[in-house]
Amino acid sequence: MNSQRRRQFLINTTALAASAALPLGARAQANAIKIGVLHPVTGFLAYSGNLSRLGAQMAIDDINKAGGIKSLGGAQLQAVLGDAQSKPEVGAAEVEKMNEEGVSAIVGAYASAICLATTQAAAKHNIPHVVDVGVADQIVERGLKNTFRFPPGYKVCADTAMNDLVLLNNLAGKPARSVLIVHEESLFGTGTANLLAQQLPNLGFEVKEVIKHANPTRDFNNIVLRVKAANPDVVIPANYYNEYALFMRTMKQQNVRPKAIYSVLGGAASSYKFVKEFADAANGVLDVNHWFNPKDKRASALKKRVDAMKDQFFTYEVYLNYSAVQLLADAIERAKSTKRDDIVNALANSTWDNHFMPFGPTKFVNGQNQGARPLMMQVLKNDIKVVLPNTYAETEPAFPWKG
Amino acid sequence: MRQLAAIAVFAVAAAVLPLFITSGVVLNTAIMILYTALLGLAWNILAGFGGQFSFGHAVFFGTGAYAAAVLQAKLGWNAWATLPAALLLGAAVGAFIGALSFRYGLRGSYFALVTLAFAEVFRILANNVTFTGAGVGIMVKLKSGAENFQFATKTGYLYVILVFVVAGLVLCWWLKNSRYGAWLQAVRDNEESAAALGVNVFRVKLGAIALSGALMAAGGVFYAQYFQYIDPGLAYGPGVSIEALLGPIVGGLGTLWGPVLGAVLLQLLGEGTRGLFANAPGVSLMLYGALLVLMVTFMPSGVLGVLRRRA
Amino acid sequence: MLELSILWPSILNGLTTGAVYALIALGLTLIYGVLHIINFAHGAALMMALYGVYYLQRSLGLDPYVSLAVMVPTMFAAGYLAYRYVIGVASHGRDENILLVTLGVAIVLENLALFLFKSDTRTIDTAYTFTTVPIGSAMIALPKIVAFFGAAATAGILLLIMRATDLGRAIRACAKERQGARLVGIDVEHVFAMSFGIGLACLGAAACFLLPAYYVNPMVGNGFVLIAFTIVVLGGMGSFAGALVGGLLIGVVESVGGLWLGESLGQIGIFLIFIAVLLFRPQGLFGARA
Repeated sequence: MNSQRRRQFLINTTALAASAALPLGARAQANAIKIGVLHPVTGFLAYSGNLSRLGAQMAIDDINKAGGIKSLGGAQLQAVLGDAQSKPEVGAAEVEKMNEEGVSAIVGAYASAICLATTQAAAKHNIPHVVDVGVADQIVERGLKNTFRFPPGYKVCADTAMNDLVLLNNLAGKPARSVLIVHEESLFGTGTANLLAQQLPNLGFEVKEVIKHANPTRDFNNIVLRVKAANPDVVIPANYYNEYALFMRTMKQQNVRPKAIYSVLGGAASSYKFVKEFADAANGVLDVNHWFNPKDKRASALKKRVDAMKDQFFTYEVYLNYSAVQLLADAIERAKSTKRDDIVNALANSTWDNHFMPFGPTKFVNGQNQGARPLMMQVLKNDIKVVLPNTYAETEPAFPWKG
Repeated sequence: MRQLAAIAVFAVAAAVLPLFITSGVVLNTAIMILYTALLGLAWNILAGFGGQFSFGHAVFFGTGAYAAAVLQAKLGWNAWATLPAALLLGAAVGAFIGALSFRYGLRGSYFALVTLAFAEVFRILANNVTFTGAGVGIMVKLKSGAENFQFATKTGYLYVILVFVVAGLVLCWWLKNSRYGAWLQAVRDNEESAAALGVNVFRVKLGAIALSGALMAAGGVFYAQYFQYIDPGLAYGPGVSIEALLGPIVGGLGTLWGPVLGAVLLQLLGEGTRGLFANAPGVSLMLYGALLVLMVTFMPSGVLGVLRRRA
Repeated sequence: MLELSILWPSILNGLTTGAVYALIALGLTLIYGVLHIINFAHGAALMMALYGVYYLQRSLGLDPYVSLAVMVPTMFAAGYLAYRYVIGVASHGRDENILLVTLGVAIVLENLALFLFKSDTRTIDTAYTFTTVPIGSAMIALPKIVAFFGAAATAGILLLIMRATDLGRAIRACAKERQGARLVGIDVEHVFAMSFGIGLACLGAAACFLLPAYYVNPMVGNGFVLIAFTIVVLGGMGSFAGALVGGLLIGVVESVGGLWLGESLGQIGIFLIFIAVLLFRPQGLFGARA
């Protein structure tokens, strides 16, 4: 390479180095309140990351359209987008960038491992960090004052699921006596399965087998074989979308029909995408998972808007992020300030209930919203309906499944 | 001697950085550059100086990371105390893999692939064994304080990783200028001739992989302390193995400064492209990949190769 | 634990899954055996092929097996051009550079797919997606049985090409002795590009057989790369019969290992075999001693 080209190359690299320090997207309007929107929009988690970003951006747009933050003279929210590239270290680096761009808060980062890193990095600058999904309970067990999780963690989900299973079973005359758990091998699957395997025997269920599988799993035929051989009354899956869908397809293919498929944070169970693409395999599936209040018109209105978008589905990533941004906006409204400390305090004593989630008014203890809870849904007639608890139920559960 | 002086200058320059720069972004980037450089230095010992390419260097990294995490979380050790343990374990794993592989004469791509396989074996084991936390992973408890290898500001971490990197550079300097290093490079250049000259090829290679493993394990310890959470994928996954080999190849294989230069280049490239096209996920990484290909095309011997040709 | 009643279906499942692995490995073993390239972009190329099959079905209604006629030549052309104008050029023939180039190409392809097709997982629905065929006490999915025969047929065709055609002879010559081949007038770069093309054509076939039983998204290739490498080594680098047998063997090991040790730990069987073969018989089952 001749000296001319080498010089140009060195100039470009220096420019890159300089650009890395410049705030990007800094076309700020006067009084804009910068909110970091940090998700894994590339890499393995891209699907969920992009849906999460969609939800957050829709909320920001809606709040701005409705007049912005009124207590600050109608100041508009401005999204500062970040890509965690499905890696914790990149998420942490993005937090540093957002810090220097002057964000007042951060919403994100979908995956638990990434959230652990981003909340820690944000804590060093006391940036309020609303956790949108991240179900690992360690996220809210470290004593970080800046971290606030709106939805429930997997412990609450597992506990609710177990109690609801007992309820369901009792209501139907106790047809189910045995369960088999199929879970993905990483944090949420293993954690959930451990809790279930520990507690279910105490509640009167025999745990026939706990089958752990990798991410990704290329073929479920063997697992389905084992399910067939064990012949449990209830199959409990806890995994991500792709594996859940493949598992259900294979169950259908092999004609394995337990009395119920009872998912806990089932990856595809309460997914409109799954119901649309695999109506046959999906019907009858129960799921204890994040869900919106089905009786709240705002949720159905939002769903209609998302359904109208090309290739988008109204998934938990969308409405949890939408709500997370709303939570933040409410806090900023009450704090009457864009200062991080003020927002942290406002979140800490938040009693916000102007949302469409079935959580009641917010109350954060150690960063966890106490009212957060999952609902139980069932896929019936190619649609997803809430079946428990009664306060939110849209229809009776069909248990055992006779489809 | 001149090289030692250069290392000293580098160390001082990096050390005074926090005095002038307060930007979290720049400091974090500096830390990540040094961290990537450390991984590259470790990999380069075996590949650049020893001529044995490894695709599974994560096996040493993960061992160090888990050593730090498990010893603290399950046995209550002090964070600093885990460092020598991690180094020893890294070297031991290196010696184990090396003993098997070199005993059976694995070289070239066969050796590279076997390291990949070992990394996967360790990953699967870590995923299925309770004392590593299995799939749930392990958190390093938040316990701020220099005595706990956790710092309130970035500066502390910068100094620690700088010390690791300088140690690595000095080690590589020693490899370039010592008799052992001469043996190692002779083995790299032509194993049969080296053997004919009386070099104990097996022991020399074993030493290299042990050193490489130990240094890589140090990187793992740092990761565990800086990010405070590891799981089998983060510790033993192919991501780390790839990260370790990118820098030295781009910077200059088998050179002292190659891994550092490569780390600087790649980190800046990554940071520089990441913010672009924020509204179109994927485009920035396409740019990164394309630039990587271009870099290799126009700098086949790495950055140092280019600089050398000019000199 | 290991129950006899599910052992037989498990073995059959392993054979059919292994057949798809073999298809993926066939291309890789050719590329490795001839060009000595460890092709990190193999998984990404498979992913692009899967998208090809998907969109052929979505927009033109082509059944995946009919798409073979389109995918195989297209992937061949793509591979030829990629080698001739990108990989061959960029790597200057150095091993470590080829590594980086294929790595870079993989990153570009994965993110191109993300940008063009978005991150959604996509599946196709065919009339036979849920059809199963009873074999003894086992119910095996029809697409997987077709894949099994497809893999055998592909391996057969490849062997035929290598043994009976001029191109095959040229490829074998270049693989064995690059300089010598040049000296007798073989256009080595062209032959290499042809080999890379054939390797990718195998992926085109693999995609047609895989998609009915699986799915596609931008990261889908990553799940197959390590297994493909294992099979290439197990069968013997450059051996098609080895890739086929190796693929079937690995499929069965994965299946039975999963039954015995659990699906997660069972994966370890694959890599332990990998290590054992590398240590004790590096030329693989069918490879010639180096």
